[in-house]
Amino acid sequence: MRYLTDRKRATGLGSAHSGAEHHWHMIVTSVLLTGLVPMFVFTFGLGLGMEYDQAAAYYSRPFPAIIGILTLLVGFVHFRSGVQSAIEDYTHGFLRKALIIAAIGLCYTLAAIGIFAIVRIAL
Amino acid sequence: MPDVNRGNRPLSPFMIGQYYRPQWTSMTSIFVRITGIALIVAGLMIVWWFAALARGPEAYATANGFITSWFGDLVMFFSLLGLWYHMLGGIRHLIWDSGRMLDVETSERFGQMMVVGSVLLTIFTVIVV
Repeated sequence: MRYLTDRKRATGLGSAHSGAEHHWHMIVTSVLLTGLVPMFVFTFGLGLGMEYDQAAAYYSRPFPAIIGILTLLVGFVHFRSGVQSAIEDYTHGFLRKALIIAAIGLCYTLAAIGIFAIVRIAL
Repeated sequence: MPDVNRGNRPLSPFMIGQYYRPQWTSMTSIFVRITGIALIVAGLMIVWWFAALARGPEAYATANGFITSWFGDLVMFFSLLGLWYHMLGGIRHLIWDSGRMLDVETSERFGQMMVVGSVLLTIFTVIVV
């Protein structure tokens, strides 16, 4: 006998009491990235290839710097969850756990390096 | 549910391989995943560029020189194509999640639009930037 509706089970109230958070997290980060990515492409694209002084001055401006920080932060968090799904699809057991932890560590590390660098350039 | 038979059920065949011919829906889907994972390369290069810019002129010359060399340009060009493609694929997922455009014909047409759209967006970006 099932007392839950299909919808309640799908939104995370099944016997496991969870399950849809990962998908919801992907929705949130991908919606944010549809706005951030175009802005990042055209600001970073301008900065890339500039002389050192020009590039440093360009990324001292608030708009390119904030777009850069947000894109690296949301982008790596999105990558973290997306690559976790891929790892879960193709690997099992200890390897799966090890790869997921390594991928999460890599994403947070890259996000931290990138954001620290932009803050340092901008300030 | 201990009485459920878990060992002897028919399995759905994997979408790539001998069981299915290539289709727009399956191919555009797997390429969303491939482009998403491949974008880590561009991510590494972009973080390197920012770190070098924060470090100083010498480090910057090395990083910027590599990323704007013919090899770096090639990687960035395909990353850009992959980025636009992945973004269009994500938008397709958001539309699907809302319960729209789920029939096969529309999904296939959207897949074809993603390929064309990502190429056009890449050409546009290369011209503008």
